[in-house]
Amino acid sequence: MRSGGSRLGQRRFDGLGLRHAPGWRVLPLMVAAMVFLAALAIAGAQGAAELGRHWQQGAGATLTVQVPRPGAAGAPGGSAGENRRDRVVTLLRGTPGVATVRPLGDAELSDLLRPWLGRSAEQLALPLPAVIAVTVTAEGPDLPALAARLEAAAPGTLTESHEPWVRRLGLLARSLRLCALAALVLVALVATAVIVVATRAALASRREVVETLHGLGATDFYLADRFARRASRAAALGGIAGLVVAAPVVVVLAALAAPFVGAPPAESGLPGMAELLATLQRLPPTLLWALPALPLSAAVIGYLAAQGAVRAWLRHLP
Amino acid sequence: MIRAEGVGLRYAGDGEMAAVTPDGEAPEVLRGLSFSVPGGGWRWLLGPSGAGKSSLLRLLHVAARPTSGRLNLMGVDVGGARRHDLPPLRRRIGMVYQDFRLLSHLSVFDNVALPLRLAGRAEGQLRADVTEMLRWVGLSKVAAMRPPLLSGGEQQRAAIARAVIVRPLLLLADEPTGNLDDIQAERLMVLLQEMNRLGTTVIVATHNMQLVDRHPGQALELARGRLVRDA
Repeated sequence: MRSGGSRLGQRRFDGLGLRHAPGWRVLPLMVAAMVFLAALAIAGAQGAAELGRHWQQGAGATLTVQVPRPGAAGAPGGSAGENRRDRVVTLLRGTPGVATVRPLGDAELSDLLRPWLGRSAEQLALPLPAVIAVTVTAEGPDLPALAARLEAAAPGTLTESHEPWVRRLGLLARSLRLCALAALVLVALVATAVIVVATRAALASRREVVETLHGLGATDFYLADRFARRASRAAALGGIAGLVVAAPVVVVLAALAAPFVGAPPAESGLPGMAELLATLQRLPPTLLWALPALPLSAAVIGYLAAQGAVRAWLRHLP
Repeated sequence: MIRAEGVGLRYAGDGEMAAVTPDGEAPEVLRGLSFSVPGGGWRWLLGPSGAGKSSLLRLLHVAARPTSGRLNLMGVDVGGARRHDLPPLRRRIGMVYQDFRLLSHLSVFDNVALPLRLAGRAEGQLRADVTEMLRWVGLSKVAAMRPPLLSGGEQQRAAIARAVIVRPLLLLADEPTGNLDDIQAERLMVLLQEMNRLGTTVIVATHNMQLVDRHPGQALELARGRLVRDA
């Protein structure tokens, strides 16, 4: 006698015939699309966080101090410009929270003005203020108190902090991150809905089989577990496919964004293979564990969503 | 074994059995049934079509819960039992349907093995029992075939083998000879009586009075959802 059952182990036994049920076939494709979008959302959130951090560390750590020279607008007459600048520099260097103090030379000032005034900037003989670039430590100085002391040392001195811009940039980065996380949650909800619909389609096609097994004494867990395993496997396969497609896209985007977070830009403007490999090594750890976790998350969502859908349907039976 | 006290059943919800009266209420398909069947007993379940035989079998198979009265099966109050207490109860009940309800995607062997697998029997331990059961019902040679390829009689025997493989305490059969010729019907009756002789309580719903006359026994007779005879 040939026995159909002898070849089948308990774990492989497909008593519900789910292998051929509709619903599962399109599920990997749908989940792959969801995982692709989720990967982009995670990469976007991570990119926004990196950009925000870089901006805060760059612009937020600098001050610009302008010391009017005699004859310049706002400068009281009578004081020698160089002495005023030197007093301010000395005061700045002795201020706690100030890391570096660097007065800009005339050539540097001309370079800064050239975009606005053109090549004739040097010939205009404008009474330009002395400009001092200051970097501050993480703690930073007490800015209002520093401004008051500089004003006292050299009347008319302007202390320009980039803090409002930094705050705005930080807010922008946080908003982008929240939007990306909201997109991630939305993708998870849509994936859940897709899995529930696929499970219901499979249930509808196997209704008589489920009712027969229920009548033979199958527990709710047994029945729901069979569907959930199948949904979980389909979701995991889709998740892996989606990740395989998304990973190169994320790496290319990260390579393109690298110059904005401090990495040297590619000479040609477009990242080559060497830069892509370097970007791969520079990817934030958060991204390195979050992306591979997507197929696993899809599998878990698939299992739980299918369990819930089947158990809700089984409530129709006593 | 079975004790029914004023049992009634009213289908509700959106299931295929549901229907509503003009006043919006689902009709009561069984009303005030009171009877008892001792362990190892035999009962014919008689009555014309629409009398409620299949509905009573659904109650006895715990495919529905009574909407009124009390039904006690093997010490379990079916109406008040918790949901997770019902699957173990169902595993102690064998059911033979008129339309067999074999799973067409499984072989005969796997169909018969299903109740054992659902009960958690290890694969290595169930093979001998299933093989012996298939030999008992004369289906050894078709064990690897799928049900749609079998004759009606073979399918019926496979359905019986699946119903009795777990040695149920209660065996229910709904018009089990409806799709069989006289010879196959007699073979089936021999199988059911053999189960009854081994101690299984058997309830057979039929409207084949010739079959009842050939195998006399106590009967429950229904008419319009009411019990009109218990003798």
